[in-house]
Amino acid sequence: MMVTMDPREHEGGAAPVVEISGATVRFGAETVLDRVDFRLFPGEVHSLMGENGAGKSTLIKALTGVLRLDAGEIRVGGERAHFATPAAAIAAGIGTVYQEIDLLPNLTVAENICLGREPRRFGAVDWRAMSARAEAVLSDLGLDVDPQSILATHSLAIQQLVAIARAISVDVKVLVLDEPTSSLDLDEVAELFRVMRELTQRGVAILFVSHFLDQVYEICDRITVLRGGRLIGEYVPTELLRVGLVEKMLGRTSDEMAVRGRAEAPSEVSSSVLEAVDVTVGPGIVGADLRLAEGEVVGLAGLLGSGRTELARALTGVDRVDAGTIRVGDAPVDLASPRRAIALGVVYSSESRRTEGIIEGLSVQDNITLALQAERGVLHRLGNTRRRELAQSWIEALDIRPADPDRPAGTLSGGNQQKVLLARLLALSPRVLVLDEPTRGIDVGAKVEIQRLVGELADNGLSVVFVSAELEEVLRVSNRIAVLRGGRIVDTLPADELTVDSLLALVAQPEDAP
Amino acid sequence: MSTLTAEPAAPASPLAETVRRFRSRHAAWIPVFAALVIFLVMLVGAQAYFGNFLTPRVLSALLLDNAYLLILAVGMTFVILTGGIDLSVGAVMAFTGMLGASLLGQGLPTAVVVPVMVILGAGMGLAVGIMVQFFDVQPFIASLAAMFAARGLAFMVSLSSIKVEDPTILWLQSTRLQGAPGTFYLTPTGIIALLVVLTGILVLQYTRFGRTVYAIGGNEQSARLMGLPVVRTKLLVYVISGVCAGLAGVVFTAYTGAAYPLTGVGTELDTIAAVVIGGTLLSGGSGFVLGSMIGVFVYGTIKTVISFLGAEQSWTRIIIGVILLAFVVMQRLIVTRTGANRR
Repeated sequence: MMVTMDPREHEGGAAPVVEISGATVRFGAETVLDRVDFRLFPGEVHSLMGENGAGKSTLIKALTGVLRLDAGEIRVGGERAHFATPAAAIAAGIGTVYQEIDLLPNLTVAENICLGREPRRFGAVDWRAMSARAEAVLSDLGLDVDPQSILATHSLAIQQLVAIARAISVDVKVLVLDEPTSSLDLDEVAELFRVMRELTQRGVAILFVSHFLDQVYEICDRITVLRGGRLIGEYVPTELLRVGLVEKMLGRTSDEMAVRGRAEAPSEVSSSVLEAVDVTVGPGIVGADLRLAEGEVVGLAGLLGSGRTELARALTGVDRVDAGTIRVGDAPVDLASPRRAIALGVVYSSESRRTEGIIEGLSVQDNITLALQAERGVLHRLGNTRRRELAQSWIEALDIRPADPDRPAGTLSGGNQQKVLLARLLALSPRVLVLDEPTRGIDVGAKVEIQRLVGELADNGLSVVFVSAELEEVLRVSNRIAVLRGGRIVDTLPADELTVDSLLALVAQPEDAP
Repeated sequence: MSTLTAEPAAPASPLAETVRRFRSRHAAWIPVFAALVIFLVMLVGAQAYFGNFLTPRVLSALLLDNAYLLILAVGMTFVILTGGIDLSVGAVMAFTGMLGASLLGQGLPTAVVVPVMVILGAGMGLAVGIMVQFFDVQPFIASLAAMFAARGLAFMVSLSSIKVEDPTILWLQSTRLQGAPGTFYLTPTGIIALLVVLTGILVLQYTRFGRTVYAIGGNEQSARLMGLPVVRTKLLVYVISGVCAGLAGVVFTAYTGAAYPLTGVGTELDTIAAVVIGGTLLSGGSGFVLGSMIGVFVYGTIKTVISFLGAEQSWTRIIIGVILLAFVVMQRLIVTRTGANRR
């Protein structure tokens, strides 16, 4: 793939305050950041865009001294910088507000702003001066917060703004905001943007990460897109349409995969197996309707943060539904827990394979038989022979390699781990399979196999909800596709009426467009 | 310019506003007030029951009898505030007491022996800190190991008790600073304990080190990302606890006039109980030395009441257990409530 770097210089002709070149980071055998270049100019808001696993967080961590580059260099103000610790990055004028608010809930607002550089008198912490300094920074940001109050007594939005106050209370040249808006409402976002604009007026460069396209187009002067740990390019928002941006983020695989057109869609009359009516979950999903017929594959297409994962979790009892009804078969059910959902034949495979799926230390056999044993309960122990038979048959059926039931699952490749997970769920003989990003981070061959497998399962009458960030994949696997945007299902269409381009347009369309 | 405020939308009455502001600033003091109330209720109740409880003699003895525990509780407060625990303090107190008594018996001057005892305590604390910080051992296990080591070392010094005849050490206990007979008095051991409390308060409240202790208890990872000296601070809290244990060894030796290798068995648990009753969260990040002092006094008062009743001292443990349980449940409720506030 061509990696293009926009050669255009910054309008003012100013030198970049941060210049990263050839940044590479490896975790074990996996290269999570691959020769990425990035630059940030004074007084601009620069957005770093990409899906999960694109390398955004890794790049930010390298810039803020949390982790070290394996190759490449970072220049700040033209000088080569080695940040061994977060403290070193802060000292160099790089302030960071992390997605998870990294403040101390048990201390006062003033302390959270000043900690580590408290004003002192005769060697003792001067609480009055500290309060005054915090007050000054806060009012500078237009915030009316009691500096002496304990941080935990405030809303997340206030805490987020306090984190920004801390970051700018020193002389910052660069402010990194990692998804600062994910927990804020509209007014609070407006407030944050006002603060950001004020800061850029002072010449502060802001690196802004958000998965809300509207926000990115509203505030950013420049966009850098990453995908799969690689640089896709640097763009100016006025010259890049949303559709173009989304396409660059999600990518478009040109390799000719064995396209297995989903066979005939199940007939319209077949009864629904799983149905969601007007389902609302927190702020993530609002009034979603979804119907899944027997033997049907429904794809959920949407950007990160569109609610695709939230919906998958709500359908399977992982997260509780706040409003609306979920029906399994014909009966409305209360999916209080995944256990309840499993009992009803609805199983979920998480997008976080390593943390919420495979148990790396256990053998392939144990991983496969885990859920079945759990469902039967301790009193109905599966015999060793039975377990071995089960594992063997699934290893064979799904072609798990190496075909060794005793091997620790953690030593398998990503694709084979995913198959082990599938085997675990299929051993439960489910009626509905909800797969969240089953092909993320696995190689192309394994991807195709998993896609084919999903098709075969559906042909055998299993209903599947398929979530993926890759639109081609969703198109290829699904019978129908529900398009999610901003927590709503905006449209549900048969897959054969859609092309990658039309789906792209649906996914990227701003809220207010017709 | 629009401002975003932390205030609720509805206009609050001035009183409600004051209460809200007070709560948002000083919620961590609520358990300390609760401990104070329990302490006062116990004093008043005991006075009403016995009629001769609230006398200068009894109250002065409260400080004198529990001076060693007070010193240990100050050190323990530092450790617990970071989210750690130190089970070694009772045994370290016994070991330093034994070694001190033995050295004094060999004719070494007090001016040498007392610093040796304190430094020894600091060394034991440092060992725990190193295990916790650099070898990633759970504080519970690290200090448990130190507890066994210190107890064993105490027996190495001598299997039986060693009488202390050094006049300076005994002076610490026997001197009574008293206005007139029958009024309140203070002993040097009591003064040492109060000085330790005062130092603890000042260090925690007014030094960067002290604030870092709270920060680590709040969220160690955040403290690190903020660029605070986490490693140094965590080492130092165990050293402080060790120093306090060494000092408590001096004070306890003076108190009993002898050192015995089985001294202070279970004292670490009494100390932790006092600190928790005084309103310090075991999860760290919230609590005050002043609270720990009240916790020690609550403990001491229960002991005194039991001896007034002439009942078995084992009742002390039972009552402490009940109060401790009540306090932990209360703290849990407070934490859950502040947690709910965050959204």
